[in-house]
Amino acid sequence: MREITFSEATLEAMAEEMERDARVFVMGEDIARQGGIFGQFKGLPQRFGTDRVLDTPISETAIVGAGVGAALAGMRPVVDMHFADFITVCMDEVVNQMAKIRYMFGGQCTVPVVLRAPDGIIRSAAAQHSQSLESWFLHVPGLKVVVPSNPADAKGLLKAAIRSDDPVLYFEHKALFPTKGPVPDGDHLVPIGKANIVRPGRDLTIVSYSMMLHRVLEAADKLAGQGIEAEVIDLRTISPIDFDAIYASIAKTHRLMIVHEAVKTGGVGAEIAARAAEENLDLLDAPIVRIGAPYVPIPFSPNLEKLVKITADDVALAAKKLCN
Amino acid sequence: MKHDAEFLRHLYRRMISIRLFEEKIGELFLGGELPGFVHLYVGEEAIAVGVCASLTDQDYITSTHRGHGHCIAKGAKIGPMMAEIFGKQTGYCKGKGGSMHIADFSVGMLGANGVVGGGYNLAVGAALAAKMRKSGQVAVCFFGDGASNRGTFHEGINMAAAWKLPVVFVNENNQWASTTPYRTTNNIEDIADRAKGYGIPGVVVDGNDIFAVLETAKAAIDRARAGEGPTLIEAKTYRIKGHFVGDPEMYRTKAEVQKHFDENDPLKNFAHKVIGAKLLKQADLDAIASETAREIEQAVGEARQAPYPDEAELFADLYVEGVK
Repeated sequence: MREITFSEATLEAMAEEMERDARVFVMGEDIARQGGIFGQFKGLPQRFGTDRVLDTPISETAIVGAGVGAALAGMRPVVDMHFADFITVCMDEVVNQMAKIRYMFGGQCTVPVVLRAPDGIIRSAAAQHSQSLESWFLHVPGLKVVVPSNPADAKGLLKAAIRSDDPVLYFEHKALFPTKGPVPDGDHLVPIGKANIVRPGRDLTIVSYSMMLHRVLEAADKLAGQGIEAEVIDLRTISPIDFDAIYASIAKTHRLMIVHEAVKTGGVGAEIAARAAEENLDLLDAPIVRIGAPYVPIPFSPNLEKLVKITADDVALAAKKLCN
Repeated sequence: MKHDAEFLRHLYRRMISIRLFEEKIGELFLGGELPGFVHLYVGEEAIAVGVCASLTDQDYITSTHRGHGHCIAKGAKIGPMMAEIFGKQTGYCKGKGGSMHIADFSVGMLGANGVVGGGYNLAVGAALAAKMRKSGQVAVCFFGDGASNRGTFHEGINMAAAWKLPVVFVNENNQWASTTPYRTTNNIEDIADRAKGYGIPGVVVDGNDIFAVLETAKAAIDRARAGEGPTLIEAKTYRIKGHFVGDPEMYRTKAEVQKHFDENDPLKNFAHKVIGAKLLKQADLDAIASETAREIEQAVGEARQAPYPDEAELFADLYVEGVK
């Protein structure tokens, strides 16, 4: 299979969907002239014109609010947040408008907006440009949230998000943009809400997503050398979470660990651990383990930044303890 | 006066519908029949009706927490509005929205909004959709003087002005942001002055004179339709009722309110002008008023009889594509 970067995969998804449906357009800061900070929009304005690839003012409430308004008027907008951290500036538009409009108007309309949000730690971007805020949005009924970990899923989930009649938040880890991987040719779609078993195993289940999936896979290799076979689940979507896949796995392994880059407190892992304990405690032979960032803003100094990053060794060590 | 009798009857029917609807809602609320809380549009009827008279069902409006008048002016039906305010299944939103969230997408009414200043960007987005489709549609955003101090005012109007979008921003300056008088939180007399900062026309109009509103709004709507961009209209009026029904109104005297109503009641102004010009008779107006009162009584009767939403409705319309 051909190999392309994560960034190229998202670009293919955008181009194919814009080609397929004239209602699809994209707007955000620095996307037309610059092509996006990570090159993820390069070439789109040349191909589709600056009427469908729009450089906006630095006005997050207008970018997201106008995206919602355009969706209500029959378009299928993709809006770009520049950095996921900036969603904080337009929480009303995301939480009170985008998420609720269809429900509170009794299903009179759909809100097919995709909000793209580059997140995660990269090169000392510091406290306001490094966060992983995805767990906030599982708490908001009405949104769907996807978190691809590789180029194939990046393409397939973005295409599925654009075709979804529900609003979708698409968190793309900044450090993944240049990474390469195999992507199927043609109209490749990945269903929203379906996890992927990326490595089968019998001894414990490790659930992860986005960038951290790669640390988990490295850890799984190390563990295999020590006779521990981890089953690794890539969630791909965190709202809704594919609990069927998680439960099927722990029915086999009886041990559960969740790993994410976001702060551990109140994170996706907390929700999964609580639900698994409520609904399937009898499947588990050991306490559930969560690995996430410590409860602190992301510091600037590389020396400190590395202390909040989860490593494969952190995962392997915790897994070994869980299995003993 | 250049308007024909049929058009004048139409204007009066819409204005008196709003007046009688709101008075009935106030009565029902104080009688303990309505859940939630309600904000009445009494005294501001000339603005919504005067603006919407130049719009078609294909044009869009966004509204506010004080939105019943905008709904009626845009052509929403009294029956499903009343049922919605009662929280009944037969309401516009199946009882899921209530007074602050009535929408009627079939006439381009994109919804009332519980968040002050939440409507600007939705209207900007609808206008963006219209511009991209070259459909000739126009969007109108109604907002209060309190909402003029939200940051969304700036972000929405700036984006609309920069992109010359077909949108008209209609400020209803009723002098009160909830319980706070306009001039205690603004350093300018006219909100319309801010238009200069966006390079768009800003016009002050007497919001209690429907003929002045009609003329001003028509010019702005025609301008938007012709692709010349947005206009900021400030319609000066006065909030005759409290912020909500049941507001003790300790912040002003009854005499002040009465004086405004006696001197500026938009319905009285209308009657005075059309009867003075011998275009309609008092008997014509009375006939319309009694017909409207009957229609409202019928809506109340039907809303009382209508069922509350079935419990199975709780999760309906949350997502288009099912989520467990």
